Amino acid sequence: MDELRLYTWIAVGGTFALYFFIAWWARAGSTSDFYAAGGGVTPLQNGMAIGADWMSAASFISMAGLIAFLGYGGSVFLMGWTGGYVLLAMCLAPYMRKHGKFTVPEFIGDRYYSRTARIVAIVCLIIASMTYIIGQMKGVGVAFSRFLEVDYDHGLYIGMGVVFVYSVLGGMKGITYTQIAQYCVLIMAYTIPAIFISLQLTGNPIPQLGLGSTLADGSGVYLLDKLDMVVTDLGFKEYTTGVLGNSVNMFAYTLSLMIGTAGLPHVIMRFFTVPSVKAARSSAGYALVFIALLYTVAPAVGAMARLNLMNTIEPVAGQNLEYAERPQWFKDWEKTGLLKFEDKNGDGKVQYVADADTNEMVKVDRDIMVLANPAIANLPNWVIALVAAGGLAAALSTAAGLLLAISSSISHDLMKGILTPDMSEKNELLTGRIVMTLSILLSGYLGLNPPGFAAGTVALAFGLAASSIFPALMMGIFSKTMNSKAAIWGMCSGIGATLLYVFQHKGIMFVKGTEFLGDMDPNWFMGISPEAFGAVGALINFTVAFVILKLSAPAPQEIQDLVTNFRTPHGEVAAAHDH
Amino acid sequence: MEDKASYWQDNLRLIFICLAIWFVVSFGFGLLLVEPLNEFRLGGYKLGFWFAQQGSIYTFVGLIFWYTKKMNDLDKKYNVEDA
Repeated sequence: MDELRLYTWIAVGGTFALYFFIAWWARAGSTSDFYAAGGGVTPLQNGMAIGADWMSAASFISMAGLIAFLGYGGSVFLMGWTGGYVLLAMCLAPYMRKHGKFTVPEFIGDRYYSRTARIVAIVCLIIASMTYIIGQMKGVGVAFSRFLEVDYDHGLYIGMGVVFVYSVLGGMKGITYTQIAQYCVLIMAYTIPAIFISLQLTGNPIPQLGLGSTLADGSGVYLLDKLDMVVTDLGFKEYTTGVLGNSVNMFAYTLSLMIGTAGLPHVIMRFFTVPSVKAARSSAGYALVFIALLYTVAPAVGAMARLNLMNTIEPVAGQNLEYAERPQWFKDWEKTGLLKFEDKNGDGKVQYVADADTNEMVKVDRDIMVLANPAIANLPNWVIALVAAGGLAAALSTAAGLLLAISSSISHDLMKGILTPDMSEKNELLTGRIVMTLSILLSGYLGLNPPGFAAGTVALAFGLAASSIFPALMMGIFSKTMNSKAAIWGMCSGIGATLLYVFQHKGIMFVKGTEFLGDMDPNWFMGISPEAFGAVGALINFTVAFVILKLSAPAPQEIQDLVTNFRTPHGEVAAAHDH
Repeated sequence: MEDKASYWQDNLRLIFICLAIWFVVSFGFGLLLVEPLNEFRLGGYKLGFWFAQQGSIYTFVGLIFWYTKKMNDLDKKYNVEDA
């Protein structure tokens, strides 16, 4: 066994032993433990757990790679996936915590005094969460197969087994403490290589500052200016100004990700686990601190990885890399098929340019950048092993959180809340675990047979949450008179319009070939891509709801009193928090 | 009752101020005004680019803690703190 494989086994094996130990130590004894960790988690701990829950394989593996190739256009992910916490902290979390229920559909059912509203919320939640989780399971499979050097299918089976053990047995309490450990692992795995690379390139160990510094090669040129020059010379868009689609699309994309963040049930659920309204507000703040640590490093990782890649291929202008002398990481990634070279002009050298006819790097998968980055920069093997453990931590923690949201909405909302209200706590817990197991099997199956999924799937999940759940929650809190009919029609039309737009461009249930309008810009409404359409869906939701509200009677007085109650931290909670 | 209504009004005012800043730093400086701002520099960063990839995130963090602090004061003032 070579050194890198040994270190990888130690890093991955050691961190997993830790997660299993924590899941066993904090195993759930009651439904309250299972769904909400018994309400006894401090804001700092909760913030860290939210951070791990939040930062998925998409944040850890894909995002910096996307930024590396999109440059300024990648800003939509940075602002979109952080800005939602401001909305959560001010507009949603404190009031929902005060109301004191376990799940998002339960809140919607109470506020809109309607079983139908609760069922619609359950359906929206399941659609958004399942879309999200399939992407995660795929990430788990890719990461395991790459680092354990097994094929993708076996990687996925191992991943499913691991997720099963600690989410099914542990519940929210186990998940919360495991996620704290996972946050520590993933943030170290992300920042340590970034610090090394920033030091190498600029002499400044803080990546956020290194990105704005001059290069350490003595030329006195700013890193970003150099990068702009290198990429434009080869015909690519300028790094610091190239937009994603057009500015309308960037606006809608950012907004969609922000309000989607605030509408994703597995994130909102976290705010039910804190002991007070005060703690709900500060939890959002701490969560964003922990998230910002990764999100402000990511632009540096992206830009520096792009520069290193360009410098490897063309160290001095006009003197390109000999293909026969390519470095080891180049060969490793060629084996996965995610990096492909084709010697079009037969000179034995590598040309990487924007023009598709002469470009010889025919495939550079954006998702490999973070994983390949330490090797491109010649960092020691233990750093590469650490990145492996970090990527797995990110994918697993998010999968576990999503599974919990799905299982609670079925066992708690659908079964206990609507179908079989007299179910015992023990049976509810059992149902929750069965649903979780089935969800793992289903998402694993879809992960094995991905219906044309890509990284964009995750963005679609945000659009779906943005267009259904977020508006219903906002109107429920900020309008006392909003009634059930208006909210239900709002949710249905919002998610309906978004699904229609996604399906017509991406295929029905994402199956290739069933899209009735092509997936390309000329067919897009105002140039808005399907991933960014959630913002428009939310607008439709709000509009439909307010029009129907005008035409029908306002919510009854007792509901208006309920709203008054949850707007103030003090006083009676609508129902006891501990069953 | 009176008190609760003005507590909510104060809260709304605070949310409005925070969200105005939230909008200006991200959608304003980071997207709509990015080109004119890029004329200015912050070290090696173009200013608009910096807001889009760094500045807006720092501002978000600051906003939440400022709001939390202000709300804790409001809770005390109106005597509506929870346990």
